[in-house]
Amino acid sequence: MTPAAFLRTHSEPVRPPPAGQTGFVHLVRERLFGSLPAAIFTLLAAGALAWAIPELVRFLFIDAVWSAPNGDACRAPGAGACWAYIWRKLPYFTFGSYPEDQRWRVWLTMAMGAILIFWLLRRSLPGRNAAAALFFIVYPIVAFVLLSGAPALGLPNVPTDLWGGAMVSLVVAVTGIVLSLPGGILLALGRRSKMPVISALSTGFIEFVRGVPFITVLFMANMMLPLFVPEAWAPDRLLRPLIGVVLFSAAYMAEVVRGGLQALPKGQSEAGQALGLRYWQRVRLILLPQALALVIPGIVNTFIALFKDTTLVAVVGIFDFLRTVDTARLDPEWAGPNISATGYIFAALFYFVFCFGMSRYSLGVEKELSRGKTH
Amino acid sequence: MKNSVSLALLFAVAFAAPSLAGPTLDQVKKRDSLVCGSNPGLAGFGLPDDKGQWTGFDVEFCRAVASAIFNDPKKVRFVPLTAKDRFTALQSGEIDVLSRNTTWTQSREVGQGFEFGPVTYYDGQGFLVRKKLNVSSALELSGASICVQQGTTSELNLADYFRTHDMKYEPVAFATADETIKAYDTGRCDVFTTDMSQAYAERSKTANPDDHIVLPEVISKEPLGPAVRQGDDQWFNIVKWTHYAMVQAEELNVNSKNVDEKLKDPNPEVKRLLGVEGNFGEGLGLTQDWAYRIIKNVGNYGEVFERNLGDSSKLKIKRGLNALWTNKGLQYSPPVR
Repeated sequence: MTPAAFLRTHSEPVRPPPAGQTGFVHLVRERLFGSLPAAIFTLLAAGALAWAIPELVRFLFIDAVWSAPNGDACRAPGAGACWAYIWRKLPYFTFGSYPEDQRWRVWLTMAMGAILIFWLLRRSLPGRNAAAALFFIVYPIVAFVLLSGAPALGLPNVPTDLWGGAMVSLVVAVTGIVLSLPGGILLALGRRSKMPVISALSTGFIEFVRGVPFITVLFMANMMLPLFVPEAWAPDRLLRPLIGVVLFSAAYMAEVVRGGLQALPKGQSEAGQALGLRYWQRVRLILLPQALALVIPGIVNTFIALFKDTTLVAVVGIFDFLRTVDTARLDPEWAGPNISATGYIFAALFYFVFCFGMSRYSLGVEKELSRGKTH
Repeated sequence: MKNSVSLALLFAVAFAAPSLAGPTLDQVKKRDSLVCGSNPGLAGFGLPDDKGQWTGFDVEFCRAVASAIFNDPKKVRFVPLTAKDRFTALQSGEIDVLSRNTTWTQSREVGQGFEFGPVTYYDGQGFLVRKKLNVSSALELSGASICVQQGTTSELNLADYFRTHDMKYEPVAFATADETIKAYDTGRCDVFTTDMSQAYAERSKTANPDDHIVLPEVISKEPLGPAVRQGDDQWFNIVKWTHYAMVQAEELNVNSKNVDEKLKDPNPEVKRLLGVEGNFGEGLGLTQDWAYRIIKNVGNYGEVFERNLGDSSKLKIKRGLNALWTNKGLQYSPPVR
């Protein structure tokens, strides 16, 4: 059989795109100067960057004061950011007034937390159920004992009014994050419940808490609680805003979770019923795994908002991270024209690192969970 | 708003009263520490240092009270309070004494049921100007542009002062203290005005603190002092006499360094103050050497002022009205006898 003349025996080699359609030049031409408005915006943006970046680099790096015994060097005309001041105040930013010789306890608590969170979040590591049990049940107790002290174990008491800095921000954020998710799930289920009392209570709570500003909740917790109960029963000054934070974020979380539950087809639950699963089994095995996976962006969004909202506890006299930065800049030893800017840039970095980390992690989880899906 | 406040106060009285039944001193002794309402951050008056230890003029007053009771200035727990929640905290019994640059006013004392101790610091509004302007009195400020923080009493006092003296000025107002001092520092205006104590603290934020001076005129009255709840006279006496003992000690030249030698001083006033003669501490519910403890642990009024506000500090505040009455100031102590 002779090969048909019109059949090709080999494929044509792939030709590169025409010149001018690839590479940097093409990118610049298409994306940056594709049309007249685009060209104008490109030029404007480039101008703005050229104006801002050298000044920023000068302030943050070139003219910055990296080490100095006090604020005099930072006050010099033309001096940039005063990193020496951040360095000197770093222990205060981290621990607040926590007694110096007891600070190893905070380090230990933070290290344990970091290890457990890493274990819990790395989806490839084994024994994550054990990690969850450790983190959600054992760790809070251990952390509480370590931080606030147990004279019986040889750990002197450290009252919470000595706590401060990043440590308090993390305590508030972690407590809020850890308690708001289960609280929110219960409230969301309660709101969808067919039992009228439970449904009314959940709805009422969610709507009430969402209907008032967070600061109001904090002020209520801080000023009214001690008036209503005898001195001996009054909750600790740190516990009061903690309660407020948990209630507040649980209400928001409830609505996020409810969104996920709402998105599931009714058939999912009915199929579970047909299999003879009880309510909590259906919730645990069928509804929640699907609903929570759907609303990961919403959940993480709430967590990030919560992390940043922890700065509000400062209004009730708690020395959170931002508050310590804000207070330390008043120190006459250091106070100067650039101290406030340096302090706030540092604070912005701190919050950015945590929030960006949470956001990147959630993207990873989303990708992994959507791998098996066709749509 | 007003209604809800009075409602809150009503609750405060109704609910908090039972917990105040016992004298405060007994509670403090039982707790083994004084709880002191302090400023969350005011340079020179109440500020945590690098290690997070509270320092400052108002803070040391609490340490002095603790020294009088326990002979240990460390037995104080500081509760940093915002301007908003300081009175509730005192009212509810959460703190024993409020030492937080609080201005003594008639309505606070009568209306809210507090008792103000002696004035530990006579503050008032003042002016910060550049040295090179060669101004030595506020009366020479006619026509000046003045940086002031918006919505404060400083703004109102300023207007009153210039109207009374029939002078012109150009107000330049900013929303925050930081913006205001920055504007002044960069030459946006000739004068910066705020409370004296604050003016010195703000001066340290300028590029060259030594280029600026605070004018001697004080155009408003801001007497700052510790406050306690009404109804516990013994406790009020302890707070009052802690301050008087420190002033008296300065007057008699007794300080933390020489107090042990002064125990042998033949001067009867020194003998009575330090408890060598008579037993004046007993009437306060304290020990005979109550004043000795204060001076030994904390120091006399002048020492505390010098350390936190005066020339040994970065603020370099002049004694001014806070000098002893023998030095043309207002600090005066009734005799211990």
